[in-house]
Amino acid sequence: MIEIFQYEFMRNALMAGAIAAVLCGVIGVYVILNRIVFISGGIAHTAFGGIGLGYFLGRDPLLFAVLFSVAAALGIGMISSTRARVSEDTAIGVFWASGMSLGIIFVSLSRGYAPDLFDYLFGNILAVSQTDVELILGLTLVIVLVVALLYKELMILSFDPTYGEAMGLPVRSLRLLLLCMVALSVVVLIKIVGIILVIALLTIPGAIGRQHADGLKEIMIISILLGIVFVFAGLVISYYLNIPSGATIILTAAAVFFASTAVTR
Amino acid sequence: MNSVVTVKNLWVGLGEQVILEDVNLKVQKRDFLGIIGPNGGGKTTLLKVILGLIKPDQGSVRVLGTTPENARKRIGYLPQRSLFDQSFPTTALQVVLMGRYGRIGLFRRYSSGDRQAALDALEKMGMASYAQRAIGAFSGGEQQRIFVARALVSEPELLLLDEPAAGIDAAQQKEFYELLGELNEKITIVMVSHDISAVSRYVDKIACVNQKLYYHDSKELVAEDIEEAYRCPVDMIAHGVPHRVLREHD
Repeated sequence: MIEIFQYEFMRNALMAGAIAAVLCGVIGVYVILNRIVFISGGIAHTAFGGIGLGYFLGRDPLLFAVLFSVAAALGIGMISSTRARVSEDTAIGVFWASGMSLGIIFVSLSRGYAPDLFDYLFGNILAVSQTDVELILGLTLVIVLVVALLYKELMILSFDPTYGEAMGLPVRSLRLLLLCMVALSVVVLIKIVGIILVIALLTIPGAIGRQHADGLKEIMIISILLGIVFVFAGLVISYYLNIPSGATIILTAAAVFFASTAVTR
Repeated sequence: MNSVVTVKNLWVGLGEQVILEDVNLKVQKRDFLGIIGPNGGGKTTLLKVILGLIKPDQGSVRVLGTTPENARKRIGYLPQRSLFDQSFPTTALQVVLMGRYGRIGLFRRYSSGDRQAALDALEKMGMASYAQRAIGAFSGGEQQRIFVARALVSEPELLLLDEPAAGIDAAQQKEFYELLGELNEKITIVMVSHDISAVSRYVDKIACVNQKLYYHDSKELVAEDIEEAYRCPVDMIAHGVPHRVLREHD
């Protein structure tokens, strides 16, 4: 099995996967506790608009994916807290579908064929470059630092935002910040598992961690370790069976999730 | 002087609807004020105005000699019991520590002094031996004690309690109210409740809120006030407390 890691693309893939596992372990727990799994899904799909724009302009699609996903995070977060009579799930639906639509139109307007479009939808960890690894590492460091600085604030936000507000905690800004961190995480994960599968990697490791630990930090550590195992196992399985890596990683994670749920029942 | 809360000519509305109408209220140092009234009558709104979470449309609110926003750090607050996630991964100690946020502010970590204060607050509520237990493992009454400890941990001069006895079974309520009575030896308490009999037994002043506020600066419940507040006849049951003045039933 060692020989498959002699290829540079395999080493990049593993490195990117391990860093992404750290990111998912940290931010995924907050996604679960704040019940923002589907906001995260909406943010991921809106990012496709940015991918399309990148193709159209002939620039790096991920750069525009960052703009679109952050805009979606702020948009969904702000619209649902106004008096515009738009509930959160309605806002998610609107952003989700219009982001995808924009992406499809931009891609159709672009000259020529978009060869790796499929990679952005379903992920291709084997196509991760050295530059991508650096981008993933940079974003992960920023997010881990922000979480470390705001650990007690995020705990209050997740547990009891009403009380936090009464204590003078800037609950609204903090929630938007959390959504922006989710948006950045989503962009990191697009390269690895793709837009459509992103929410699985954000939720499954944390969900399993929660079944086996009572403390927030313990859950994060379990999630990170599980994430690394899923990426590694999925990568190896997909290599030998010659099947898509992103989907294999997710199905590996899902299999463990169902087994863990059956055991903890 | 000794006035902890002074509300003058307070009006609060939500859209077209008037929630509080020309409310006047004075809470003195070491009062234990019970605020009763029907659901939707504006009890919680009044507490939120005192905390500065809701801005009045008209009138003035002074708390601890300053504005509600400035006084907030010196107030301990127990919000209405919310249906929080019972499997939330946190301990009693961590929950109580949240109450130190107002003193610490953004970014900084809890110090050992904060931890000691949290343990002391749990101690006061008789929960110190369970500090490291997961919050979901406690009964409803124990959880309310932990949340009162969270309100106490900032060493407040004023405690605002919104339906503190919710989720506590009848057997534990007496003990719980007696604990509040002990806290009242040092701290001014304003407690919102819908339980008239419990309130009248343990508090020393009562106000009725239903849009307007009816208040007599004593714990003597006046049937007319209660009927005015609830807009329906109320049966009043005395508990054998000699000094309470109740209107005789026909």
